[in-house]
Amino acid sequence: MTATTEERTYTSDEMMSIAAARALGGGQRCFVGIGLPSTAANLARRTHAPDLVLIYESGTLGSKPGRLPASIGDGILAETADAVISVPEVFNYWLQPGRIDVGFLGAAQLDKFGNINTTVIGDDYANPKVRLPGAGGAPEIAASCHEVYVVVRQSRRSFVDKVDFVTSFGHGSGKGDREKLGLRGAGPTLVITDLGVFRPDPGTSELVLTEIHDGVTVEQVREATGWDLKISPELSTTTPPTEAELKALRELKAAK
Amino acid sequence: MAEILSLRDAVAQLVHDGDTVALEGFTHLIPHAAGQEIIRQRRKDLTLVRMTPDIVYDQLIGAGCARKLIFSWGGNPGVGSLHRFRDAVQNAWPVPLEIEEHSHAGMANRYVAGASGLPFAVLRGYTGTDLPKHTDTIKPITCPFTGEQLTAVPAINPDVAIIHAQRADRAGNVQIWGLVGVQKEAVLASKRSIVTVEEVVDELEPVPGQVILPSWAVTAVAEVPRGAHPSYAQGYYDRDNEYYEFWDSIGRNRDSFEQWLDEKVFGMEAAK
Repeated sequence: MTATTEERTYTSDEMMSIAAARALGGGQRCFVGIGLPSTAANLARRTHAPDLVLIYESGTLGSKPGRLPASIGDGILAETADAVISVPEVFNYWLQPGRIDVGFLGAAQLDKFGNINTTVIGDDYANPKVRLPGAGGAPEIAASCHEVYVVVRQSRRSFVDKVDFVTSFGHGSGKGDREKLGLRGAGPTLVITDLGVFRPDPGTSELVLTEIHDGVTVEQVREATGWDLKISPELSTTTPPTEAELKALRELKAAK
Repeated sequence: MAEILSLRDAVAQLVHDGDTVALEGFTHLIPHAAGQEIIRQRRKDLTLVRMTPDIVYDQLIGAGCARKLIFSWGGNPGVGSLHRFRDAVQNAWPVPLEIEEHSHAGMANRYVAGASGLPFAVLRGYTGTDLPKHTDTIKPITCPFTGEQLTAVPAINPDVAIIHAQRADRAGNVQIWGLVGVQKEAVLASKRSIVTVEEVVDELEPVPGQVILPSWAVTAVAEVPRGAHPSYAQGYYDRDNEYYEFWDSIGRNRDSFEQWLDEKVFGMEAAK
C-alpha cells in the first residue's frame, strides 16, 4: 500500500519498517527473522541503536552487516559476526536458556491473541489450501525470548480472528495461557504493521490498537482486521519517519 | 578411511532407492551438485531429511525422487515459496509426498541425538503449537529429576548424509568453515556419508573457526568445484542471489521445471 496523501514522501512499508526499528533499544539482544524483521533490526542498528546485538538462526552472534542480508545465511552475517556457531548451539545454548531479549518475527497469519501461523492456510493440515514454508526457528523463538515483536503487513487475510494453525504460540486463547504451559518468555508484546502498532491488553492479552500511523484512519485499520478490533483509549499517532530514518532505510535497501 | 571417488560413483555406490538421505548445509555449502546427481541417477522412494528444503529439495521433489520429506522450513530463502514442494503437498505431483514436520530446534536436536548414539533428544520446544497434533515424532516427556514437562524428539539416523565442504586432503580429511550449520551432526548421525568439496589439496591449512571431519568418520569424498552453487562456499564464491529469483520462475510451472530437468540435469553429462 502506498501513502494516500499527496505530500507524503514515504510508503506505508517504510513507515512500518521505521516504526519497527524504533521499537528496538540499544544493547538489546535480538533474534532476527528474515524479511521485514531483518530490515527493521538492521535499520535500528544503523540509526539509534548501534549496539543492538543481532542473532541469526544460521549461527551468527552479533552480526553487523553493512547491507541487508539476502537470506538468514547470507555470508555477510558470518563475516561481520562476533561469533559463528553451529545451528544446534544457536538453539540449545543461546535461545533455549533465555539469553535473548527480543525475538523479532514475521507472520503469514496472526490472530487477535498474537498466535502466529506460517504452516498452512486452511483447516485441513493434510490438504491445505496453501502450503506455507513452516516453522523454522519461530516456535522456540516465540517461546524462549524474553518478549516477541511481530512485524506484518496487515489485511483481513493476515490479521485473523483465529489462526488456521498455531506454528508459534502467542497468548493462546487469552491471558494466563502462557503461564499454564510453563512458557518462560512474555510472548508477543508488540505488533507493528503498515497501518499501526498493537499491544496485548494487560487484562485479556487481546491485541488492541495503541498507535496509528500518520494519515491512516481507524476505519481503515478496522477494515484490515479480521476481528472486532478494540482501540486503546490512549491511542496515539505514530511520528512520521524523519529524513534521517528514511535516508538510512533507503541506503540500507539500495546497498548491494 | 574416506575413499576419494567421482561424484557419479559416490552416489551410485552409496545412495540407493528407498534410502533415508540427508543433504545438509544451512544456506551456506548446500550440496546442489550432489542433489542433481541423485536426480540424474533416477533414485526414487527416498526419504529426504533436511532442515531447510530449499531449491535443492524442490528439484529432487519435482523430479519425483522423494516419497517422504522430514523438515522444518520449506521455502525459497529471501524469495518466497518452493513451488515443486507445494505442488507435491497440495496436488501429489509428480508423486505423493508424505511430510514429517518439525521446528529447527527439534531437527537440530534430532541430529544431535543421532550423532550422539542416543535414541532421542530433550528440548523445550513445540509447547502450545499445533505441530505435535500432526507430527508423531514429537512427544511430551517428564524430567525424572524435577518433574518438569519437556519435549522429546527421536534421533535421526539417515542411511546417507551428503554435505559440501571447502576442502579435503588426499587422505580424505574434510575441512569446513564459515556457517557450519548441522553438517557435522548430520554426518556423524548417518550410516554412510558423502562429502563433496571445492578442492582436494595436499595439506589443509588451518582456518579460524574450522570444523574438521577426520577421514575415518567419512565414507566418500568427491571433488566438485562450485558444487554448492547457487548456494555459496565461503572463501571460494558468493551466493548467487539472482539464481534464487530465477528458480522461482522455473519452479513455478511443471512445464518449465521439466524443461529445466531435461536441459540442465538429464542433458548434462554425469558428474565425473
